[in-house]
Amino acid sequence: MLHCFRALGVNMALDVSSGAVHVLDDMAFEALFAIERGGDPRAALSGRYPDGEIDALLGEIAALCEEGALLTEHDYSRLPIEKSGIVKAMCLHAAHDCNLRCKYCFASTGDFRGDRALLPLETGKRALDWLVAHSGNRHQLEVDFFGGEPLMNFEVVRELVDYGRELEKAHGKHFLFTITTNAIGLTDERIEFLNREMHNVVLSLDGRREVHDFMRPTASGKGSFDLALEKAKKLVNLRGDGQYYVRGTYTARNLDFGNDVLALADEGFEQLSIEPVVLSKDSPFALTEAMLPEILAEYDRFAKLYLERRRSGPWMNFFHFMVDLDGGPCVKKRVKGCGAGNEYVAVTPEGDIYPCHQFVGRPGYRMGSVLTGEFDAEMQMRFAENNLLAKEKCSPCWARFFCGGGCAANAEAFNGDISKPYDMECALERKRLEIAMAICAIEHSVQQ
Amino acid sequence: MKHIQTLQKPCLMQSAKTGGCGECQASCQSACKTSCTVANQSCQKK
Repeated sequence: MLHCFRALGVNMALDVSSGAVHVLDDMAFEALFAIERGGDPRAALSGRYPDGEIDALLGEIAALCEEGALLTEHDYSRLPIEKSGIVKAMCLHAAHDCNLRCKYCFASTGDFRGDRALLPLETGKRALDWLVAHSGNRHQLEVDFFGGEPLMNFEVVRELVDYGRELEKAHGKHFLFTITTNAIGLTDERIEFLNREMHNVVLSLDGRREVHDFMRPTASGKGSFDLALEKAKKLVNLRGDGQYYVRGTYTARNLDFGNDVLALADEGFEQLSIEPVVLSKDSPFALTEAMLPEILAEYDRFAKLYLERRRSGPWMNFFHFMVDLDGGPCVKKRVKGCGAGNEYVAVTPEGDIYPCHQFVGRPGYRMGSVLTGEFDAEMQMRFAENNLLAKEKCSPCWARFFCGGGCAANAEAFNGDISKPYDMECALERKRLEIAMAICAIEHSVQQ
Repeated sequence: MKHIQTLQKPCLMQSAKTGGCGECQASCQSACKTSCTVANQSCQKK
């Protein structure tokens, strides 16, 4: 399968099956575009270009086909995808409580539609034990302290990190701890701890002050921008080369979300992600298909500004414009996708296991308990088998090896079926990927 | 090549032979948490 597209003024072709990516001049674009649609490239070009040029171009195309870089059709259906039952990553809900009342919160402002609760230390320890016991021969284990707001239970987070370090020695594992926080509970001492122990820190800020304050009020209804910004900056400034993201959410209220990314960059943050909100259509903040043209145009508008910023400085990185063409994941990872319910699970303060943080509290998706040891291996197998190759909707899509088949939680929420990806998510993913590849091409060309 | 510049050579089929160690990061642990993003994760072997 071939996908020809134009993004940021660059003509490109992705050879889906091989992963090869090409930059095209106008003539090559017309020829490959014709081929993509089942047409004859010579007929598409004839009369408008000299015959000698057409012959030369068709020769180039034939050579690339010969090299396996164009018009390939590899059969991945027999790719051995292990279903070992190994779990390597856990979203550990340190708190089903939050000091904010964000209007778009998928966790129902922190309580996940249940009682407000903090993770008891013993339950957290059993969760880490459970992860080690289910991790087989995996060396690196990921644990994200999540919420609600995990800093509301900071002492338990600290003790669990200490406990994890003990487990590392005893079992020959390495924990990559991460935390997702709204930054409000940060202190100098906590910043020092997180910067020492966390492989990644995700700081939730939405961008412009007015956008943030409207969507992310405190429990008393005041804006939280000033409570979070300086603390987040302090953590980042002291973090050195350590990985972090400032991560926000855009909604129907800020379809000019590129300005929010830029506002965060203006505050000095370099690693940025602004994600589309996922809400049912009855929410006034939900993104709808009618908004798609405006959203896609905003990604284009923002991409031009982004490129300029990266050229002129200060440098910044936008999570959804990242694509690692050269050092990216292997095809097995791309087929397995995100791993929710299979390699990745979420654990609640009650010790309950769910396929991921978004499934927490959804009826029919409790997989077991780290306290009793019960675990629904059949459900795990159902998620393992729900890979890219099993999704009918993905087989004709050119982007399938980049998204890995999309988010199972969104598929279930919008289509009632973990194997039927959510169309909005797919449309946004395809747009961002085209831009990401064009950015690679432009920046590669500048380097040359 | 005059009309076509290759930005990325074929890589997927080759990675089927060498990949699959499983040590790479789960995508939702990096930054997304609401949208699946797999191909911007790095391979731990490279």
